[in-house]
Amino acid sequence: MAPPVISVKGLRKSYDGLEAVRGIDLEIGAGEIFAFLGPNGAGKTTTVEILEGYRTRNAGDVSVLGVDPQRPDRAWRNRVGFVLQESRLVPELTAREAVEQYAGYYSSPRDSDETLNLVGLSGKANARTSTLSGGQQRRLDVALALIGDPELLFLDEPTTGFDPSARRQAWDVIGGLRDLGKTVFLTTHYMDEAQALADRVAIISAGLIVATGSPEDVGGDREGRTEISFRLPAGVRSPDLPELVRSRARIDAGAVSMTAEDPVPVLRDLTVWASERGVGLPELQVRRPSLEDIYLELTRQSDGAGEGS
Amino acid sequence: MSGVALVLHQFRFDQKIFWRDRAAVFFTALLPLIFLFILASVFANAEISGLDVEGATYYVPAILTLAVISATTVKLATNLPAEREAGQLKRVRGTPLPPAAFVAGRVGNSLVITAVMVVLVSVIGAIVYGVTIPTETMPALLVTLVVGAFSFSCLGFALAAVIPTEDAAPAVTNATVLPLYFLSGVFIPEDELPNGVLSFADAFPIRHFFEALFAAWDPNTTGSGFELGHLAVVAAWGLFGLVVAIRFFRWEPRR
Repeated sequence: MAPPVISVKGLRKSYDGLEAVRGIDLEIGAGEIFAFLGPNGAGKTTTVEILEGYRTRNAGDVSVLGVDPQRPDRAWRNRVGFVLQESRLVPELTAREAVEQYAGYYSSPRDSDETLNLVGLSGKANARTSTLSGGQQRRLDVALALIGDPELLFLDEPTTGFDPSARRQAWDVIGGLRDLGKTVFLTTHYMDEAQALADRVAIISAGLIVATGSPEDVGGDREGRTEISFRLPAGVRSPDLPELVRSRARIDAGAVSMTAEDPVPVLRDLTVWASERGVGLPELQVRRPSLEDIYLELTRQSDGAGEGS
Repeated sequence: MSGVALVLHQFRFDQKIFWRDRAAVFFTALLPLIFLFILASVFANAEISGLDVEGATYYVPAILTLAVISATTVKLATNLPAEREAGQLKRVRGTPLPPAAFVAGRVGNSLVITAVMVVLVSVIGAIVYGVTIPTETMPALLVTLVVGAFSFSCLGFALAAVIPTEDAAPAVTNATVLPLYFLSGVFIPEDELPNGVLSFADAFPIRHFFEALFAAWDPNTTGSGFELGHLAVVAAWGLFGLVVAIRFFRWEPRR
């Protein structure tokens, strides 16, 4: 088996005595799109900046492309690309010039026009970067990260502040990196972004990894639960509900909601009860928890346990 | 790319960016020329007592002092903090471009702007105001310009390193150099300045750089025109700037 592209064991980092990262392990394989999720201040940016070589660590083993990023050399920088959380473009240059400037820094860069095409900016090649929209500037950021033809790309919150259509376009670009065989380390606080793009996700909260897995099964046993909700039909009081529902439902101003490991008997009792009484079940919903629900639940549990970023 | 090719690559883009930045071209290239026209015209025939030269002859090296410092210290100390806070320096630092090549590109950029300004100020001085371009003192002038441009570039990196924010950069830079221009005789002829003021200005490099440049232009200068004492002070300040820059220069935003 190929060695992992990124391997992290027992990583710790504190600022002024406050532990922002409290011992995390990660392993990311070649060609994987990995999403690192967490709220602001969870230790997400600290971790990614340690992997990128911008920060030192207090403890733990870190290897990125076989190199300790605490001692980055030119050969290593040739193999890694970055889209930083915030980095303005040079307004005096055109999109093509910006890409050509960065191409000159690398030992075997990609073709500039082809790279602009890859991020959907062929039509803007001769436009000054200052005239590009926010979404276009971000895609140019991706082009600058790609121009050195890196094996590994770090994308730090690449779509923060985007409108929905700009986000879709950025997703198309990031999804396209998969076809190039790149390994991608994506940090985001958007669940739908992780769900749309990632092969695997890890959720960090208060400096600890609270869940890892594919976007489909990251929630573990939470996945097994189904949420059922409806409004109490007119003229029905809560004691009238069938036993299976009454015993576990939360009723709040006529809104009934509950979770069930096995929704089938609950739904059977509920529907039989409703048709026998001749009442409807207004606003009935049966749904599995989304990654977003799981994320909120996981990060809420450890809220306030740590500070820092 | 080899080290030299990388420096040239970086320098080429720094030049392109500079000449497209209208505000930078105005403040760095045009403003010194405007000051030359104003001051050399107003004081054209006024004798600067004690120096035995006419006003125009005095103001050519004076404005050259201003032009060199604008292209080096002021340019670097206003641009670099802005680029640092915008995350641009951090992004460059993540590429294989060696930091030394980045710095060399920037210093090269300032040196070329300096050279352009030296030619413009000298030629305008000669054609418009009849101020003779030095010949015998030319070697001394060139050495002075090189020592000055490097030293004031180092001071630019030092200032950039200690300036905390993008907004503070123009304020701190101008608050540092503008009073010194006045106190060093760059704007006000030195025969109008009390001795106390000039000795205060002697503690800083601008006055010494001006004196070394003036010696090269002064028709009363006999000999080669090398002002080793003044150059030593300028170089010492440059060295101090280099130490501060190496110790405190950052590539990442302060946030």
